[in-house]
Amino acid sequence: MANARPKADVVVIGLGWSGSVIAEELARAGLKVVAIERGAWRDTATDFPPSVDTDELRWATRKEILQPPKLETYTFRNNATQQALPVREWSNLTLGYNVGGAGTHWAAASWRFNPFDFQPYSKTVERYGKQQLVPGLQVQDWGITYDELEPFYDRFERIAGTSGQAGVINGKIIPGGNPFEGSRSRDFPTPPLVPSRWNDIFTQKTTELGYHPFPVPAGTISRAYVNALGVHMGPCTYCGYCQLFGCGNWSKSSPNACVVPALMRQPTFEVMTETEVLHINKAPDGKTATGVSFVGKDGVVGEQPADIVIVAAYQLDNVRLMLLSGIGEPYDPRTKRGVIGRNYSFQTLSYAYLWFENEYLNPFINTGCLAIQIDDFNADNFDHSGLGFIGGAGIQSLSNNGLPIGMAGVLPKGAPAWGKGWKQSFQHSYQNWAMVQGQGTSYSHEDAYFDLDPVYKDNFGRPLMRMTFDYNLNDKRSGEFVRQKCEAIAKAVGGTQVESYNFAADHYTPFRANDSSHTIGGVVMGTDPKTSALNRYQQSWDVHNVFVLGASSFPNNGGFNPTVTIGALALWTAKAIKEQYVKNPGPLVQA
Amino acid sequence: MKRTIMAGLAIVVVAGIGAALYINGSTRADDIADNQLQAADSTPPDPAQVRQGAYIAVQGDCAACHTAPGGKAFAGGYGLQTPFGVINSTNITPDRQTGIGNWTERDFFRAVRHGKRKDGQLLYPAMPYNAYVQMSDSDLHDLWAYMRSLAPVSQAPAANTLGFPYDIRLAMLGWNLLFFKNAAYVPVPEQSAQWNRGRYLVDGAGHCAACHTPKNALGGDTGAYLQGAALLGGHAPEITNDAHLGLGNWSAEQVRQYLKTGSNDTAVAAGAMGEAVEHSTQYLNDTDLADIALYLKSLPGSGSQAPAGLAANAPVMQRGARVYETNCMACHNVRGEGIGGMVPAFADNSGMRTPGGANLISAVLKGGRAAATDSNITAAGMPSFAWKLNDTDIAAVLTYVRNSWGNAAPAVPPAQVAKARTALKADTPISGL
Repeated sequence: MANARPKADVVVIGLGWSGSVIAEELARAGLKVVAIERGAWRDTATDFPPSVDTDELRWATRKEILQPPKLETYTFRNNATQQALPVREWSNLTLGYNVGGAGTHWAAASWRFNPFDFQPYSKTVERYGKQQLVPGLQVQDWGITYDELEPFYDRFERIAGTSGQAGVINGKIIPGGNPFEGSRSRDFPTPPLVPSRWNDIFTQKTTELGYHPFPVPAGTISRAYVNALGVHMGPCTYCGYCQLFGCGNWSKSSPNACVVPALMRQPTFEVMTETEVLHINKAPDGKTATGVSFVGKDGVVGEQPADIVIVAAYQLDNVRLMLLSGIGEPYDPRTKRGVIGRNYSFQTLSYAYLWFENEYLNPFINTGCLAIQIDDFNADNFDHSGLGFIGGAGIQSLSNNGLPIGMAGVLPKGAPAWGKGWKQSFQHSYQNWAMVQGQGTSYSHEDAYFDLDPVYKDNFGRPLMRMTFDYNLNDKRSGEFVRQKCEAIAKAVGGTQVESYNFAADHYTPFRANDSSHTIGGVVMGTDPKTSALNRYQQSWDVHNVFVLGASSFPNNGGFNPTVTIGALALWTAKAIKEQYVKNPGPLVQA
Repeated sequence: MKRTIMAGLAIVVVAGIGAALYINGSTRADDIADNQLQAADSTPPDPAQVRQGAYIAVQGDCAACHTAPGGKAFAGGYGLQTPFGVINSTNITPDRQTGIGNWTERDFFRAVRHGKRKDGQLLYPAMPYNAYVQMSDSDLHDLWAYMRSLAPVSQAPAANTLGFPYDIRLAMLGWNLLFFKNAAYVPVPEQSAQWNRGRYLVDGAGHCAACHTPKNALGGDTGAYLQGAALLGGHAPEITNDAHLGLGNWSAEQVRQYLKTGSNDTAVAAGAMGEAVEHSTQYLNDTDLADIALYLKSLPGSGSQAPAGLAANAPVMQRGARVYETNCMACHNVRGEGIGGMVPAFADNSGMRTPGGANLISAVLKGGRAAATDSNITAAGMPSFAWKLNDTDIAAVLTYVRNSWGNAAPAVPPAQVAKARTALKADTPISGL
């Protein structure tokens, strides 16, 4: 092969959260690790200092931090009878395009999933029977339990510096925390954030209603902290420039702040930036991968041979790389056979927007994840008998928006659109608008999937990925259930104008404001090679030296943000590679 | 008679100068070193000596000047900016053609301790032989073993860009006569062994005075030992125990922590000192660091007096407070507390009170990067505010921090910021500011 680089032990595709934490673990164990990142080098001190970070037009409006859609995008349709078209403007999906990936610009809600989320099939059947699942729903267990993942959650939180109030420690319920959460082995590394005015109103009312409010775990950290890798982090200033922004205060957990300073000191690690992996190369017998082919900064194609290939790009890109590399059988929606592209899902959002009459919510004091939540209607924390769906949502009072441009459009229905009337309405709305967000679970359906688009291609002539997705019956029912809960809370807290929405009541569109960016699945982990691409160690069933990390591993989505689960799974896989795979390369689970 | 006296006097003066030159230029102390074996000869150095020598090289921070940024270790090529022009460091790997492969140990001793090259030419005191002269024979033997153990690198040194008359190496004869004290370290018997060890490291290998002692017009040390000096447009602060400008309000432990990790709960090393910490002091063992701290804290220093501070209600202070709140407070905290280990505190920080505030102006205009060390890998950074703040606002905010939270220091005039903005080639503020 021309332009072959020296062989590495491990090549890591993508240097976001997954890629950076596994690279750090493996390089520290002495393995020679080469990371290949499509985006540019980004550094906390140089690229996101507070002197330039707080620029809403640049980052939030023009979305300068995201992968430009003109460079690469995906095509979308609601169902298989339609012609998919390229998405040419980012709305809900926010693909990273730099060292740090989406972990640089995320909002930093730092959740563990509920134990139910890892075993939705067996737990549902056990409690309600199979008839609880609507037809066509692809519900399956992950092959790993919450308890197995707990030590890795703990480790990741100590890398990220996560702030929160524990709800359950070693089986004991702690007042003020989330009583429904999986048991923790110890407390959060840093205490919870100071709540906003809106958070306080929500706490008071939901307590009166008999619910169990608690602070959302935050990666916008509340105190100065030295993390598990020895990096100092600063206390969050509640400036509110989080989602779509970098953070120059070392206050927001990110690969750039929390991992890269340690990773770059590892002598056996190197990174190639602005270099795009074209595909994974396989040995002639197809049983192992030999490395990856890439296009460098100079436009020249090269090869990075490696004994282990870690696919750690964004969820969409992971699925596409597997399809482009011919690893695993692509999913066929007619026969329901195949696994790559299967189990695509998303999140089912419901909202109640409300306006108070005469509040001073001071929304400019916020973080990307400053919220109080109730989990009373999340996961399987309530009785679903007779409801016709599984799952639910975390319902929260989110104080994450006080930016002047973004808030200019947040006015009640019927408000004047211009002139003096608009100004008055905006002034009032800025201090009085709030939202109750229901971040709903999602379960994939046999009609929703990814494949390679037959028409549209990227710069290199490779087919774009095609997304075929619409909300399924389970989404519609759970979304409506959650909408009603959100609306009831919005009215109970004294909202004089309340507008509520169940996004799943309409067809899915990638252009809806305030929709979730938490796409999942497509290369999922599981217990059966017929229904999962990866085993419980995120190792390919078909090509044993390929490991795929990220939300692409999730067979279903929790009513939570996914990042900390992604990070914990990367650490779990790192341990399996270090302690098992390297000593005895081969499948870690027999099919 | 008169003529005889004059002649006699002349003889005495000439003899005196001759004797002074002889004593000043004497390298007899180096004769203890071997003069047979050359650096590149095949006889391997003793591994134990090599290990110890590596530690001596760290004490002397040899790599700081003899390694170019991104270049091969000890292969030279680092351009040292001096008031007299650029002096390029030499290749000190044991390469016969471009390095010191043909040197003997004695040649090496003479260069390090007496500023004399193998060919007899004089080194410029950019090479701190005036400090290294105090280094012991034993330390130098070990250092030599270490230098011999390095892989030879073929890289010819670049020419210096010194203007006339500074390009005349023989002129260093006069410089040496004036400023070079040709004497080994003499312990002070009434002081403790720790104190003497600290002083030996500070004055010898550590060559702290090279930056921290003010220089006269010819680049020689003045008598204001370690009392702070101008350095490349910035300021190397006083490092005596002076309470106002020095280390007086640091404990010995804070000094040790700063040198070991690059920061403590008040200060963060960046710039030239950041490099010294990264390459040298972080690798010193705790005993040596404690001894250095003990010694520095024993020096009375300049005895400077805090001026009367500016009142908080002075217009410039109020303006500075507004600039501080909107630009600085996010990291440096509400009352200048900073963030331990990553962001300097301003409260009661002698670094804020230096006479001209040059480092502060430079930090605001150009930003800076904290040292990254094995024990603190963070390397937090200060962004440039040159594009965002005008001269008046920068002057006001610096005047504010220099006169708040226990600090008192002269105001920074806007004209001084303007001058630095030009000298540092910093951005101009965007229009309207």
